[in-house]
Amino acid sequence: MSADPPETLRAALAASTRLDARWLYGASADVRLADLAASACLDADLTGRSVLLRVADPLYAALALVALDGVARRIVLCPPDLTDEALPGVMATAGIEAIAFDESAPVEAAGLIAARIALPSPSSQAHHDPFPLAGKGQGMGVSAQAAKVGRGCKPANTELAPPPPPPPRRGEGSPKPTEWVMFTSGTSGPPKLVTHTLAGLTGAIRPSDDAPIWGTFYDIRRYGGLQILLRALVGGGSLVVGAPAEPFADYLTRAARLGVTHLTGTPSHWRRALMSLESRALNPAYVRLSGEIADQAVLDALKARFPRAPIGHAYASTEAGVGFEVNDGLEGFPAEFVGRPGAVELKIVDGALALRSGRTAGGYLNTDAPALDGADGFVDSGDMVELRGARYHFVGRRNGVINVGGLKAHPEEIEAVINRHPAVRASLVKSRKSPITGAIAIADVVLADAGADEGAVRAEIIEACRRELAPFKTPAMIRFVAALPMTAGGKLDRAAAPKETAVA
Amino acid sequence: MLAVKEAQQEAGPGVRETVLAKFREVAGAQGKTLGPLTDALVLLESGLDSLCFAIIVATLEDELGYDPFTEAEDVYFPVTLGDFIRFYERRPA
Repeated sequence: MSADPPETLRAALAASTRLDARWLYGASADVRLADLAASACLDADLTGRSVLLRVADPLYAALALVALDGVARRIVLCPPDLTDEALPGVMATAGIEAIAFDESAPVEAAGLIAARIALPSPSSQAHHDPFPLAGKGQGMGVSAQAAKVGRGCKPANTELAPPPPPPPRRGEGSPKPTEWVMFTSGTSGPPKLVTHTLAGLTGAIRPSDDAPIWGTFYDIRRYGGLQILLRALVGGGSLVVGAPAEPFADYLTRAARLGVTHLTGTPSHWRRALMSLESRALNPAYVRLSGEIADQAVLDALKARFPRAPIGHAYASTEAGVGFEVNDGLEGFPAEFVGRPGAVELKIVDGALALRSGRTAGGYLNTDAPALDGADGFVDSGDMVELRGARYHFVGRRNGVINVGGLKAHPEEIEAVINRHPAVRASLVKSRKSPITGAIAIADVVLADAGADEGAVRAEIIEACRRELAPFKTPAMIRFVAALPMTAGGKLDRAAAPKETAVA
Repeated sequence: MLAVKEAQQEAGPGVRETVLAKFREVAGAQGKTLGPLTDALVLLESGLDSLCFAIIVATLEDELGYDPFTEAEDVYFPVTLGDFIRFYERRPA
């Protein structure tokens, strides 16, 4: 925890320096932080509400977070891959009363307050402010660069009829800190919703004097990306915000052109960047990896490509928050991290890493989910570690979750789809190490009738998985086997499967 | 040692064909449209995504018996298809 956590995101932003020279550079528009700090960005009063934040362009999520923290009771940050089918369950779990959306993602919101997110207008121009903030006289809006050609989103402020909203005032918001709700990645069944507060989310952030220009390959609606957004807003920097619609190479080119100094992503993101010509134009001063095992190969490759940049890998998860950073260029982490006192404490329980700090999530919103932490306040990460010499190395997930490029797949949900095929008797999905995505999901399948056409069944299984699951969950390989290992209790013996697992 | 090297040299064109066939197979299976497979083709512009490359590398490991990404002494990520093929052809003994 920082000694003096910000009261609200807007207050933290306003208190940071050089707002005129700092930006959120989006795929569709650029927003000057001074304008963002001065604008409401929303056309409805959401004071005290539980708000679903569902946007197509993550830039608008950033605007809404500034507008809503300290105002709304709860903000639920929808990840880009949340399906429409999952929405009703999410909204019921989170008691949603309002939806904030951007131009390109209108939402059916019967019975709910609908709030449109708008870009602030630039203070240097005489545009009227569509949604002025109380007590602020200057105009606001999009930057002159906003009307970029050939991008998906248009500058919103010119189009909006301005219903003057009851402007939210600081101090008038909910008495408790706004609850930030994020999704655990790739869970089976209904998504799990994890609660955080701004103080916890920004606990690892220190103000920076050198105004870094951050870039991240993460979507800012995921924990890893949100950390970087907050680093930029609270820590004194700028951020180049990507969008799902923006090709990876375009993001790299934009990041290079804007002079990104601090760049973050998963090891899989980085391997992809290393395989692209556009990354050669980058010259970062700091490179950071998180969300998956950073193996020595990717650390060394980044060191070779960016000789001037320290290469750090961080341990963080949606549930456990930011745990620690490793900056010595080696995979794994020093054994002395475990048991030392500090803002984040680590211990190893039955081979799994557990963390205790003010940055861990508050809990799950889902009532049927187990408690996040134990009686002693430690959160079980589920990440298994092994001590080799003076270093711990990550060896896999206890529950067999497969981490494909930072996205987590539960074997059980894939097996459920495979097992619905009439020719299948049983299946076991497991992880196989990949130098490209960290891990891939592979399946061992037992046929009900040994004489079945394996080629046809394989194709039908793949087709079913592709229809019902996200692409990264579709098994990369299917092997037909005579039998699967069972435990004495008659369950699939996942532990008997070869240890090919990768980890968060 | 010499015999091993000769065997590898003889295996050279075979590796290329195996790699190209794998690109076509995975593209087809993943429903991706593949551009012309020239040595200058930039991998990330080939129409395949990271998941496709992960599948290609895994299945090539099963067919060829090695994974140069994991085995390579020097750290290297190929950019073009030609790089990728040479990566497999120059497998360290």
